[in-house]
Amino acid sequence: MNKDPQKELRDFQVLGRAIPKKDARIKASGRAEYADDISMPGMLHGKLLHSPHAHARIVSIDTSRAAALPGVRAVVTGSDFPNIKFGNLPQTRDYLPLPMDTVRYIGEEVAAVAAVDEDTAEEAIDLLRVEYEPLPAVFDPEEAMQPGAPQLHANAPGNISAHSAFHFGDIDAAFAKSDYVREDVYETQAVKQGMLEPHACIGLWDNAGKVTLWSCKMSPYVTWRQLAMGLGLRPGDVRVVQTFVGGGFSGGKQEAMPMDFCAVLLSKKTGRPVKFVHTMDEVLTIGHMRHPMKIWLRTGTARDGKLLAQHCRLIANGGAYSSIGGFSMYLAGAMLNLPYRVPNIKYEAHRVYTNNGFCGALRGHTIPQFCFARDSQLELIAAELNLDPLDIRHRNALQPGDVTANGFRIGTFAFDECIERVAKLSGWRDKRGKLPKYRGIGFGCGSHLSGARLMGHSASAAEIKVQEDGTIQLTTGSTDVGQGADTVLSMIAAEVLGIEVDDVGFTRVDSQTTPVDPGTFGSRVTFFTGHAVKRAAEDARRQLAEIAAQKMGADPQDLVFRGREIFNPKDERQRIKLKDVVRWGAFQLGKIVSGRGSYAAADEKIDFRTGEGNLSPAYNPSACAVEVEVDPETGRVTVVGFWGADDSGTPLNPLGVKGQVLGATVMSIGHALYENLIRVDGQVMNPSFRDYKMPLATDLPKLADFQHSNVITWEPEGPFGAKEAGQGAGTGVLAALANAVYDATGVRLKRLPMTPENILFGIKRVREQKETRRP
Amino acid sequence: MNDLMPVSLQVNGIRYDVAIQPWRTLLEVLRETLTMTGTKRSCGEGQCGACTVLLDGKAVSSCMYLAVEAQGKEILTIEGPVGGDPALEQIQRSFAAKGAIQCGFCTPGMVMITKDLLSHTPEPDEDEIRDALVGHVCRCTGYVQIVEAIQDAANGMQAAARGMQDAASAMQDAAGATQDAAREMARKGGA
Repeated sequence: MNKDPQKELRDFQVLGRAIPKKDARIKASGRAEYADDISMPGMLHGKLLHSPHAHARIVSIDTSRAAALPGVRAVVTGSDFPNIKFGNLPQTRDYLPLPMDTVRYIGEEVAAVAAVDEDTAEEAIDLLRVEYEPLPAVFDPEEAMQPGAPQLHANAPGNISAHSAFHFGDIDAAFAKSDYVREDVYETQAVKQGMLEPHACIGLWDNAGKVTLWSCKMSPYVTWRQLAMGLGLRPGDVRVVQTFVGGGFSGGKQEAMPMDFCAVLLSKKTGRPVKFVHTMDEVLTIGHMRHPMKIWLRTGTARDGKLLAQHCRLIANGGAYSSIGGFSMYLAGAMLNLPYRVPNIKYEAHRVYTNNGFCGALRGHTIPQFCFARDSQLELIAAELNLDPLDIRHRNALQPGDVTANGFRIGTFAFDECIERVAKLSGWRDKRGKLPKYRGIGFGCGSHLSGARLMGHSASAAEIKVQEDGTIQLTTGSTDVGQGADTVLSMIAAEVLGIEVDDVGFTRVDSQTTPVDPGTFGSRVTFFTGHAVKRAAEDARRQLAEIAAQKMGADPQDLVFRGREIFNPKDERQRIKLKDVVRWGAFQLGKIVSGRGSYAAADEKIDFRTGEGNLSPAYNPSACAVEVEVDPETGRVTVVGFWGADDSGTPLNPLGVKGQVLGATVMSIGHALYENLIRVDGQVMNPSFRDYKMPLATDLPKLADFQHSNVITWEPEGPFGAKEAGQGAGTGVLAALANAVYDATGVRLKRLPMTPENILFGIKRVREQKETRRP
Repeated sequence: MNDLMPVSLQVNGIRYDVAIQPWRTLLEVLRETLTMTGTKRSCGEGQCGACTVLLDGKAVSSCMYLAVEAQGKEILTIEGPVGGDPALEQIQRSFAAKGAIQCGFCTPGMVMITKDLLSHTPEPDEDEIRDALVGHVCRCTGYVQIVEAIQDAANGMQAAARGMQDAASAMQDAAGATQDAAREMARKGGA
């Protein structure tokens, strides 16, 4: 922290430059091979049969007519698998490759077919005859918690899928001491990842009994473990190869899916590679959406707006299976106070099984929902106490060096500066309260972490092979999913070794050859894998320095790596090309330079039971202001301006950081205003991009009114001062929009999305209230 | 199968004679029959724009267009013609340079719609660019960088066109000078 970030930036050779994505040209020309673009000789095409029932017992499955259709090569059902439930944790292992006897949501995969082409496979699906015995179903989580409600899983009484509860400080005493206390209830909806590339895979089970899956996975090693578990194989007999990934945003690309299991098992039955590609209807119907939540929040403050206590109870509609849901519940509570100081906290969360498509992670995970509730309520508190919305945020801002009630150790945290930067960019003080009718401006804040310390696998590793032309091959277990990992990790290696980004080859994950890794989630890649790459490059540099020193008769400590050369700045005669060092070392000394590095952040432990512990090595705050115009005739909201700021530490690739913060922002605008996976009795009513509305280019402010600024800090825990950038910037956007709509119309919406009809009803209500107040 | 039908398609300047079922979409024939997988399959209903190709210079969603209907039309895909296409290359350069490509799945469609837009509106303002993108979804970027890339591509193509004009007039000047010199030599020779 005592380092001067500006000076460090000046000293960078490669980092800090806006460098286009390494794979941009191959993608721009249509030559990047995504999973659906791959064909193999003799390849068959698979299709899945989905349950039409929300909850039913499978009495029998008759596959004979489907199997007899010309062109059909094999059919699989649940009984073809070894009946081993898989999942990330022992208590969350509730998912089978295909169900044995019970379906739990409409759209759940029941059987699969492999045929010579997709049309034949689809026709065969129609010929499968399944006899179901419908069971009572439950869709609302609060109903599902009631005694007598239909039960989804035998080992989860009351349909409780996950429960998380913490208490820090003394909540009762703090509320008793508070000058002002208020309670509100907020509700959020089911939102989908909305990536353009549907899930796709090719499975191969060879005659030696080895299984290979080519797939567009963000976290191939999660898939690898789950695939082995569900198939009853040794992980060593399973190989997962990552293809180009056409967008992930968590969800199904994090885990093994029924299509993955079916592809490999159908391959075993047929001796051919088998490919599956979801339709968009399937993508939107099956699981992994963002958890819809009902959030009850009680907050106590002093007269000056200082936060004294927060008590949160939340109920999440988990859907039919666990996925990552246990962690989802912990995370919302752990991040509850950020970016504010709240000394007394009580948190009680229940994730409830219902007969809906199951929920998991989606950009921001469970943090945006809670930030929506908290920053919406903060605005109401400010109004009641007659405080400026910016002042109440400054007054409660978490500061560098703070330790939160649950034990987060805050390093760099330029929250006050983020608020001021946004106030300045947006012209907040000139606009607030001075905009014309039906135009409003709102403020919202949030926070995120730079990778989580998890119970299981937290560490990342990297390997660098230095080649005889002075280029390097970098392998990590992290995936590029479009976020720019390929470029920023290459930049880190290039910086250490004094070479250019173009000198670095970045490989996609292949579980057989790349280092094992937890995956791409939780904003961990630049931070955790970035550290590992830095250490691997330093290891390679140390080896190269020794060879160079031997060749030139120098002291390795004196040598500097820059411009593809190794030299001693104190002695001009000691200068040699990097590639000459590699060649001489390999040819004359037999020294093959290969660097290895890892990063674990294992210095601290989290007690997930009590919620205590320092979850991440670094945290970042964000703030934003949104200006909206509301059409009082239609209720339509137009976002006319957006100004955001976040403290991402030192941006290592400003072009990549820009892409991340703007992308996260626009996703949150969609979450707040448009997106809603509508489910009626468990049936998804809008499983298409025609009806599931995501933001388009015309829905957003003009370039001049859409700005984001990075407050630059030097995070000592981060690789070269960096922190996360991909999720934090979106966390405050939901509340900012709710606050802006309120400013424009007087309508306070506590339920998302803020649809035109809800706004119109609200405007009508506000008018009626005004009229009844008149004498 | 006996329901195959001979179809002749002109793709990226090359004629392909194929036998296809008449209900195959242009997207399916491009990807599966001609193995040109640069054009992406996503929503399957003309909403996302990832499958956009140009037919006689106009953008269409190839997932909504029957291959048989494309006969007799010039089909341009992201793979581009053999020997390259300066406009496509400029657009691709601009998309890469401006950070308009993250996961890249929308990119082929975005590049094709940009080529369509700039062919009839060489200097689009921001509203014209955003309107052109209304049939295209990008989930990664927030569109800012895509709008910037299209502006950059338009500027690049304008500059190239000006450069061509300058080069053409320079060549005319040079040709004129050569003629003058020849006349001068002829005059001297004749003297």
